Amino acid sequence: MEILLKFLEKNGLVVAFLVVGLMILVADTVSKRLLNKKVPTPAVAIVFGLLLAYVGGTISGGEKGIADVKLFSGMGQLGGSMFRDFAIVSTAFGASILLMRKSGIVGAISLIIGIIVAFSVGLSVAWVMGYHDAVSLTTIGAGACTYIVGPVTGAAIGASSEVIALSIATGVVKATVVAIATPLLAKRIGLDNPHTAMVFGGIMGTNAGVMAGLAATDPKLVPYGALTATFYTGLGCLLCPSVFYLIIRTIV
Amino acid sequence: MVIYGVALLAFCYLVGQVVGEYLGSWLGVEANVGGVGFAMLLLIVVNSWLEKQGKLDNLTQSGIQFWNQMYIPIIVAMASIQNVKLAVSSGAVALLAGALPVAVCYFMIPYLTKAFKPSTEQ
Repeated sequence: MEILLKFLEKNGLVVAFLVVGLMILVADTVSKRLLNKKVPTPAVAIVFGLLLAYVGGTISGGEKGIADVKLFSGMGQLGGSMFRDFAIVSTAFGASILLMRKSGIVGAISLIIGIIVAFSVGLSVAWVMGYHDAVSLTTIGAGACTYIVGPVTGAAIGASSEVIALSIATGVVKATVVAIATPLLAKRIGLDNPHTAMVFGGIMGTNAGVMAGLAATDPKLVPYGALTATFYTGLGCLLCPSVFYLIIRTIV
Repeated sequence: MVIYGVALLAFCYLVGQVVGEYLGSWLGVEANVGGVGFAMLLLIVVNSWLEKQGKLDNLTQSGIQFWNQMYIPIIVAMASIQNVKLAVSSGAVALLAGALPVAVCYFMIPYLTKAFKPSTEQ
């Protein structure tokens, strides 16, 4: 048994290929047999992934979901940012630059609006819940952008580690909500064309959420959403600790 | 050959990401700004240029297509390594501050889309 466990650990990435393959096989069956294809296979598989992450976090007490369980450490490699971004770039193959150019301006506008809305709504919630100092408010507002903008902003303006942890949690909640809710709401918000996908990517911005949400809705839309979403975290890290923090400090 | 496609993808990825890194450091932020986006645009440009030259055979293309097809499995793996436990157990502030902006944004998408329709559809 020990030999087997060591062997599987050593071959983590290959184990991950098998595990994900099996997850998608089960998700496909669930989608077709139990849900009458109403929820697409990728959406079911992504929910399985999130459940697995919860189980992993509970077992190990770590921060990286199932990857903290040694047997599944390869999931961390397969789902890590290198493979993720590499695969996402490949989706541009076959995407139309003409459509991207046409929606470029609205993509940029939705980025700015998305960051302002996320920041101000997140900040308002923090205000209502009893945070009244500029540093904590800005950090939690930044966390409502993405779970990277939050800690980067918090570190830059000197937030307490408790507030930084809270901003990370806020960003993770956002990513999870976007991943799960998008395929369910797609029809209602008209998310079935590249133009809307670019608006969607810009306004939501949370990479993991946008990519998982679009993949679950319609994989063809992924490159368009990814194109705008990729600017969101950087722009958020630029605006939150500088302009937004100064504004909040003046108001509070 | 398949490796040409994979190498082409790797080239675009690396160039795009490094541009994003430098743009981030030039702007003074600790994050990659648009790296994936630059890489995607580069891939589209190089791809259409090679196609015109007739240098993009089926095998080369399948080197890129493979990763295109691996995208969803990789996203599933990515979902499984998120800190979902933290998100679920982090209390009302994080839940509300994370979920409410998303709700507002969903609400705004149809209006934004309509306000800025691409020129051909008007």
